[in-house]
Amino acid sequence: MSNLHLADLKGEIKKEPIRKGFGRGLKKAGEVYDNVVAACADLTDSTQMSLFKEAFPERFIEIGIAEQNLVTVGAGLTLLNKIPFVSSYAAFSPGRNWEQIRTTICLNDRPVKIIGSHAGVSVGPDGATHQMLEDIAIMRVLPNMIVLAPGDSVEAEKMTLAMANNPKPNYLRLAREETPIITTLDTPFEIGPAYVFRDGSDVTLIATGTMTYQALVAAEGLSKDGINAEVIHVPTIKPLDTETILKSIKKTGAVVTAEEGQINGGLGGAIAELIAEEHPVQLKRIGMKDRFGESGTPDELLVHFGLDAKHIRLAAHLVVDKN
Amino acid sequence: MQKLPIQRLEEVANEIREDIISMLEHAGSGHSAGPLGLADIFAALYFDLMTYDPKKPDWDERDILLLSNGHCVPVRYATMARAGFFGRKELMTLRQLGSRLQGHPERTRLPGLETTSGPLGCGLSQACGAALAMRMDKTTHRWVYVVMGDGELDEGNIWEAAMLGGKYKLNNIIAIVDRNNIQIDGPTEYVMPLEDLKGKWEAFGWHVLEIDGNNIESIIDTVAMAKAIVEKPVVIIAHTIPGKGVDFMENDFHWHGSPPNHEQAVKALHELRTLGGKIRSEHE
Repeated sequence: MSNLHLADLKGEIKKEPIRKGFGRGLKKAGEVYDNVVAACADLTDSTQMSLFKEAFPERFIEIGIAEQNLVTVGAGLTLLNKIPFVSSYAAFSPGRNWEQIRTTICLNDRPVKIIGSHAGVSVGPDGATHQMLEDIAIMRVLPNMIVLAPGDSVEAEKMTLAMANNPKPNYLRLAREETPIITTLDTPFEIGPAYVFRDGSDVTLIATGTMTYQALVAAEGLSKDGINAEVIHVPTIKPLDTETILKSIKKTGAVVTAEEGQINGGLGGAIAELIAEEHPVQLKRIGMKDRFGESGTPDELLVHFGLDAKHIRLAAHLVVDKN
Repeated sequence: MQKLPIQRLEEVANEIREDIISMLEHAGSGHSAGPLGLADIFAALYFDLMTYDPKKPDWDERDILLLSNGHCVPVRYATMARAGFFGRKELMTLRQLGSRLQGHPERTRLPGLETTSGPLGCGLSQACGAALAMRMDKTTHRWVYVVMGDGELDEGNIWEAAMLGGKYKLNNIIAIVDRNNIQIDGPTEYVMPLEDLKGKWEAFGWHVLEIDGNNIESIIDTVAMAKAIVEKPVVIIAHTIPGKGVDFMENDFHWHGSPPNHEQAVKALHELRTLGGKIRSEHE
């Protein structure tokens, strides 16, 4: 197993919302870099920008409920070399303001950091309108954009600090609910690499965001079934670390992807594109399959839509059996 | 930068119009009316009002000019060339493959553009961002100019930005609305009525000044007045004649998005070079 100093998942598992790590990371980024500023569209507590706002009130802008303005004000802030972090719920930003992001941030190549909180069905009772599932797909097709989805709050904190020092447009996808903490302060993180969280030889489980924990649990289950699964965590969805992924796929010859979003155009779409061109193997994609979510508790919804370790484990059996 | 006397500025505006006609004819596509109407404002901005250094487009003491209605960029290219950002020869590459002068402006291709625009409604909010950044830096001697079309005021993003500018009293923004009363589908008041335009801006917390946007002296005086108003952001509603200087284009919305053909360009250039027949052209 790679020495990535992961958390011990055998004992009691600590949980924390991923967005909390972002909040701490942004405050830290504000301490390290004078030019880091923040703006929010009336969701400052919810997106965890309040820590930064309290520490640096003069560097915080309240935009109101105006997501098109949020990202274009962000583009304007970069004219004086600021690094703006702009936050809302993912359903609204980048959901509502995609063209502004395309023109004034991506084509304009400006280091605006777009924070989309409350992504995935685990938003829960608020229902389909607020459960953003298409954000990976719509951000992944934009030239210059870097797409990031941390696996836990500890990684989110490191990721936020790395974003502040990255010269490109970034999109950061955050989840609302408590997510098991799978990494430690010593686990390495950089923008770019995919990380092999578990070595295996029979099937490659490729996961991002909240689903990486589920993939690790699925891998433990598979080992009881006699299947040795490799787990790759993909915190940087674009640009995709094709080298690490292809190396694993060439070894295992079977792939399952897992994400809390639409598989079409999402991580599943990205992996399908990669292997179709470079190394076709058996593939199953776990995620939302061309449908919207609905109200319910987060746990109910994840089971209802098959976004859990059990379904990853079943999919792994299917791709391994076909080989 | 160089400050020119009013009479020379008027000549420069006319020369900018000549370049616009030649560029558009050569390109075979593009917008005629808006750029011609804005030539006086751009002459005033680059040759009197703004602080900049064409040899150092990223100079951190420069004033910032955002062109929100990116389709009017031929007027900016023609003015920038005269201001020394690049040679006038390059103007004839407008809209050609590999050109730095894209059909709509792209910052990453041509230094000095400040942003990438074309899709409408995004300039004022970027101006607000720049103005807020200056305030954070306690910078009070730099100005953010933003030129908007009147048709693009249909966009909601403009009014989101107007609310923000009013809230934070961003008094280092000089917003200019090119009130030429036309957009692609016809007169603005038929397509989507903007009036009471002054009342709308005032309701959003802005101080409004109205001028003849084709009168250079009045443009310069009014901007000076705008800079003295500190308690509110200022928007200048500049009434311009679309197609200004070319008789057959003036006030005709059909010229919003069309270039002149060769015959029309010859006719337009003759009119511009003779100041509407008042003098003989050296080209005759």
